[in-house]
Amino acid sequence: MAQIFKPSANVYARLSIFGALFAVVGLLFAMAAFMRSDYMTNARVAREQPVPFSHRHHVNELGIDCRYCHTSVEKSSNAGIPATQICMNCHSQIWSDSPTLEPVRASWRTGESIEWIKVHDLPDYVYFNHSIHVAKGIGCASCHGRVDHMNLTWQESSLHMEWCLDCHRNPQNHIRPRDEVFNMAWTPSDDPDFSAAALMKEYNVNGRDDCSVCHR
Amino acid sequence: MSDSTRNTENGAIRTLWTPEAAQTTDAAASVDATDAMDAMAAMDAMPVSDALATAAEPERIDLTAIREKLAAAKGPELWRGLEEVAQTEEFQQFVNAEFPASAELVTDGVSRRNFLKLMGASLALAGVNACTKQPTEKIFPYVKQPEEIIPGKPLFYATAASLDGYALGTLVESHTGRPTKIEGNPEHQASLGATDSITQATVLQLYDPDRSQVISRAGEIRPYAAFINELGVQIEGLEGNGGEGLRLLTGTVTSPTLVAQIEALQARYPEMRWHRYEPVSRDGARAGARLAFGKDVSVDLDISAAEVIVSLGADFLASGPGGVRYARQFADGRRLSGDSTEMNRLYVVEPLPTVTGGKADHRLPLEASRMEDAAERLATLLGVTGAKAAVFDERHETWLSAVAADLKEHRGHCVVIAGDQESAITHAWVHAINARLGNAGKTVRYREPIEAQPVSHRDSLAELTADAAAGKVTTLLILDANPVFDSPADVDFAGAVDTVPFSLHLGLYADETSERCLWHISQAHSLESWSDTRAYDGTVTIVQPLIAPLYGGKTAHEIVAALLGQPLASAHDIVKEHWSKAAATGGRAAGVTAEEYWRRSLHDGLAEGTQAVVVSASVRSGLAGRIAARRREDESVRAEDADDGGFEVVFRPDPHLWDGRFANLAWLQELPRPVTRLVWGNAVLVGARLAEENDLADGDVVELNYRGRSLKGPVWIAAGTAPDTIGLYLGHGRERGGRVADGVGFNAYAVRTSDAPWSGSGASLRKLGETESMASTQLHHSMEGRHLARHGTLQQYEADPGFQSHFDHIDPEGKSLFPEHPYEGYAWGMSIDLNACIGCMACTIACQAENNIPVVGKQEVINGREMHWIRVDRYFEGDLDDPHFHHQPVPCMQCENAPCEVVCPVNATVHSDEGLNDMVYNRCVGTRYCSNNCPYKVRRFNFKLWNDWETEQLKMQRNPDVTVRSRGVMEKCTYCVQSINHKRIEAKREGRDIRDGEIETACQQVCPAEAISFGNINDAEANVSRDKAGPRSYSLLGELGTKPRTTYLASVRNPNPALEPPGESHGGHGGHGSHGDKAGGNGGHGDGH
Repeated sequence: MAQIFKPSANVYARLSIFGALFAVVGLLFAMAAFMRSDYMTNARVAREQPVPFSHRHHVNELGIDCRYCHTSVEKSSNAGIPATQICMNCHSQIWSDSPTLEPVRASWRTGESIEWIKVHDLPDYVYFNHSIHVAKGIGCASCHGRVDHMNLTWQESSLHMEWCLDCHRNPQNHIRPRDEVFNMAWTPSDDPDFSAAALMKEYNVNGRDDCSVCHR
Repeated sequence: MSDSTRNTENGAIRTLWTPEAAQTTDAAASVDATDAMDAMAAMDAMPVSDALATAAEPERIDLTAIREKLAAAKGPELWRGLEEVAQTEEFQQFVNAEFPASAELVTDGVSRRNFLKLMGASLALAGVNACTKQPTEKIFPYVKQPEEIIPGKPLFYATAASLDGYALGTLVESHTGRPTKIEGNPEHQASLGATDSITQATVLQLYDPDRSQVISRAGEIRPYAAFINELGVQIEGLEGNGGEGLRLLTGTVTSPTLVAQIEALQARYPEMRWHRYEPVSRDGARAGARLAFGKDVSVDLDISAAEVIVSLGADFLASGPGGVRYARQFADGRRLSGDSTEMNRLYVVEPLPTVTGGKADHRLPLEASRMEDAAERLATLLGVTGAKAAVFDERHETWLSAVAADLKEHRGHCVVIAGDQESAITHAWVHAINARLGNAGKTVRYREPIEAQPVSHRDSLAELTADAAAGKVTTLLILDANPVFDSPADVDFAGAVDTVPFSLHLGLYADETSERCLWHISQAHSLESWSDTRAYDGTVTIVQPLIAPLYGGKTAHEIVAALLGQPLASAHDIVKEHWSKAAATGGRAAGVTAEEYWRRSLHDGLAEGTQAVVVSASVRSGLAGRIAARRREDESVRAEDADDGGFEVVFRPDPHLWDGRFANLAWLQELPRPVTRLVWGNAVLVGARLAEENDLADGDVVELNYRGRSLKGPVWIAAGTAPDTIGLYLGHGRERGGRVADGVGFNAYAVRTSDAPWSGSGASLRKLGETESMASTQLHHSMEGRHLARHGTLQQYEADPGFQSHFDHIDPEGKSLFPEHPYEGYAWGMSIDLNACIGCMACTIACQAENNIPVVGKQEVINGREMHWIRVDRYFEGDLDDPHFHHQPVPCMQCENAPCEVVCPVNATVHSDEGLNDMVYNRCVGTRYCSNNCPYKVRRFNFKLWNDWETEQLKMQRNPDVTVRSRGVMEKCTYCVQSINHKRIEAKREGRDIRDGEIETACQQVCPAEAISFGNINDAEANVSRDKAGPRSYSLLGELGTKPRTTYLASVRNPNPALEPPGESHGGHGGHGSHGDKAGGNGGHGDGH
């Protein structure tokens, strides 16, 4: 009786065993990569909003400080989304007829909130606090990226826990002088006297990575 | 193990055992090791299926055997429940299985093959589970940002919670307009910064989805305007006849604004009658003051100045106006801080065990019917004019004369207190005793009555019912009362109200009374209303709303204003207008405008200068004669079918549900009652002897026959109940109380008659042969009788402040295999003073409110799955009929060498560098290994999805700073890590360290007795460090080497040497005696390991 399998079948058998192993490992890697993909994290996806608000225009071109709208960023866990009133401070005078701004005026007339789409959405079991990061010399741009270059706003980072821990374990890579926190363009090279180590000491920065710092 | 260890001749049997003790061969060691080994063998031999089979038929408890065991015992004999002493199989099963009913999960029909299939599939899918994409969420910012509101930062508003009209000043936490938690107002004299369990639960009541949400007429929904129109027609008819037929029924009213409104109503309708009815009334206290002083007074105690305190039926530490303040003063009097050995002494005479009785240095269980005699006997012994009570039997006489002698020694520094439920005669004698002892003006002050136009509530309701039945009532307004449910059984209020043509009920719930009334108007909750109210000392708090009425509820002010022809007046305007007038004449200082006064009062939570005036009250002569007349009067109103024989029934408000008004609050239903540990239902409470003589066991359903009426309920044996006494808690058995309340327990009002509101004789019990399963947390989480709640006597403490350390058997120092954690910076720790703890349970419910802890229901409590993060263990000591009580709150110990951490396969519980055992819910896969390995049994597992994720109202109550846990995860006390984080961030932002006392855990914050201290143990100056350095400080199961961060201060009792000669104490570290040869004993133990 003739051989059903040629000797070369052994090679295929070995290959498929190894192949299956590589396929499983590869699949795991693929899943990990998929989890970190912008598709899953929503990073770098500009979000449609009821009003096409442009940070580039307001921050970069007009030079409005972050804190004019995000009023509680230095005081509270929430940075604060501006009330319609803050928009109307200016837009009752300028662009007061613009059809783009109708949702703002409608909100002002009716007393109903503008329904913004949340761009940075942390899971409910994470308790992030803006005020302490600002106080410790972490710039807005460190997490939010160059918001002053964004027309529609997007989320710059993955917001994964590994991304948080990267800074909590190495704060020296991100610390800056307190008075440069709201300066979107600042880089360490701007300041010849800059020393991360000195600032860490001065601000008493000791990036904690206990679970209960953020989860409770 | 030879029989030589059984040393019965020395009376040295101990029913509780430890493995170490079981190995000792020292004949002097007072351990019945044979029993212990038998028990161990029984545990090993019993397969789970057998254990379940026996659970179906609980073993009968042999009370006689227990009594013998206890009688033979010496040394600290702490027992948690009768089952434990009896060492029944049921108890053993409980000990074997931490979550006893979990076994049933694997006995369902799923075959092994299917089980493995499901397991395989779920394992494969477990990883995919994490791959969910965040759903898109929206942000709704304000249109106009309200001043002061910063999202993410809570605001606190001062207001007050009232019970029976008496206020407790509160600070209510509000997150962007949602009240979430109630704290005490430190500036308010009734609160001093603390609250009680009922007040904690009122925030749940606000969001109760079962609250009445509509206005209805004869069951049909109507607008408020329709009510106003119909009322207008009704008023027209009343104008002509001076208000004849107009009746108002309220509870106790102290609100100055409402009183002024009602007075205006009385002026407008001179024929109108204002009735008052409170099922938990203070009729006895009121009549007693009239009997003694000839006028009404409010009693204001100064417990802090009292060295000897005698309570005649008064649960003054835990209930009644001023209870929270009195608990603080009482605890302050026995704190033993520093070198102080000053301690007050508390004697309690009571028919049913209470929180106050549990703290007594000497407690005398006494039938309620003998309380008057006891008061008079005490008066006689103290030489009060006219008192000539006969001598009691020897045991009682010894007790009473020792108390009298102690009182005499402390003239002017002692106080005698009569309970609100005691009779006028008892109160009158107590007033006379305090006068005789020179306490008046020192430890007890008399003030103008706080209640407006005080009347006898019993007579007032009876009069209204009779008039209604006679057709004399045409218009009846019932404001915030539920008499159809809670009126005495012999007063047919329900029938009477049916005959009234126009009846209105204003209430939080569409309850039993609203069903009978023509109109029902939903009432605004106190957190939704403007009003004012007075504290025990008369201080006024303006009640301000934290939120607009969720269902458009109305206040009593608005209803009365409508009667006065101002249907559109808002409660805010009514209250503010009253205060602009009153302020002109009242406590407002010169130069302060009415607006300033109003704003300051609102801000502070109390109006200055509104305290009731202290009046001089002297006991008028001829007291004995008046008391004799009163006694004849009492006899004459006694029901004809009253019988002197049989058992005595004692009625008391439920410690948590009160008169039934809080019955729909699941937090309170599931909060263990202070002494019985019962949840979800009441019981026919009997003493051990009564149960023994009538062959009754826990859960036996009996029929109680009393004065021609009867009720059916399960028996519960409450150690410390007076002989021949049956205790019934009111407030259960609601029929229209809401989804939570209905059908839980039985309605004790069904047998309560108006001639004997608090106790009466002539009851009999008939066993029906059925049993009812009852939910009690008493036997859960047993710790096997080690020296947990340590205690001693003051004499022992004076001789050796470190007396408690003799309980230590093993020094675990350096025995750990695990490396030590270094703690630089903060190291959080807690110390709980068992001497201050009164066991009131407020900590448990405060924790529940702060940490979004769910309730689980009766069956799950029976299954041992209650979720409370801090429990209060209660131990009995000594005699079955008259035990001492010990309370021990047990939160997570936050061990430095935590057994839970090392067994978690997924690193879901990890150690923080500040010493907390962090629990990471998202990592938890529910193996429950941690709970299995926890020696303190403080971990709680979400077997089911107990948090309500659907009901909108309940979502609003939750603390936004704490994760709402889902099914399948473990949880436990976190030391309120959310507060730690908030304060740490605040301090860091300001560039400073966290100050001592800045962080307060929820349990610490609420504690009326200030028993809990919390802080940084690396700071030697911190309060908690000082407590921990004291000689009374010890670790729970410290010999295990877990190095708990939560430690305890041993409690110290202050017995009267005349009643308990030193050395005869069966409390204290009787263990000391048995370890007289301590070195040898310890050596033995050490070798054994």
